[in-house]
Amino acid sequence: MSDKLEFTFEVNGDNFTSAGEASVATKKNLRMLGFSPDIIRRVAIAMYEGEINMVIHAGGGTAKVTVYDDKIEIVLSDNGPGIADVSLAMKEGFSTAPENIRSLGFGAGMGLPNMKKNTDTMKIESVLGKGTTITMTVNT
Amino acid sequence: MNVKELTDKLGLEALALPCPDKEIDGAYAGDLLSWVMGRATENCVWATIMTNMNVVAVASLVGAACVVICEGSEIGDDVIATAQSKDVNVLRSPLPMYEMCVEISRSI
Repeated sequence: MSDKLEFTFEVNGDNFTSAGEASVATKKNLRMLGFSPDIIRRVAIAMYEGEINMVIHAGGGTAKVTVYDDKIEIVLSDNGPGIADVSLAMKEGFSTAPENIRSLGFGAGMGLPNMKKNTDTMKIESVLGKGTTITMTVNT
Repeated sequence: MNVKELTDKLGLEALALPCPDKEIDGAYAGDLLSWVMGRATENCVWATIMTNMNVVAVASLVGAACVVICEGSEIGDDVIATAQSKDVNVLRSPLPMYEMCVEISRSI
């Protein structure tokens, strides 16, 4: 069976305080679909970290959530500067976030590691000067 | 113990208490939001001095039972209103974070 359900969100790059709207909406949708709290939490956290990253580094982007029979897929796409060194960016504590972002409690170099930790698969495709697409799945 | 009971027992200031009956399971302290998001557990009491809007989103996403703002840290009316509308309990204490955590630990 190939029934699937898709939700797409625009992530506004200008408004840091509204970051999280897509994750909170996704959390609500998944709850209505009857997924377990643990699955919902993992998807929401991974997605929120991704949203924050898109706002901090890429001026926003899009988030697409697809619910398959056996997994939930989250695809985050932006047209930002790209990630110069993906393996370095994956290290806990490594961050290129500016000081004003750090003062809000972000930019601790935990975003990508948290996304990986909360998902079953994570793929980063990034081209310098063009943008980044991150595809994550959580098995259900 | 639920959030209302903790509030009463420790004399916390209830800034937003939309879900007073929420049961508490454990506690976490921290100000780095990504760190908190990666490590705080569902239904925990989250002690912090951060008060920006993202605190509400993080508390909601991790499913914290409540946020306890320490050191009497100032918080905007818009943040409190958002917490109320997103079902996030926000409490406040004048105590420094360490002392607040000791009190929480003795209570739950």
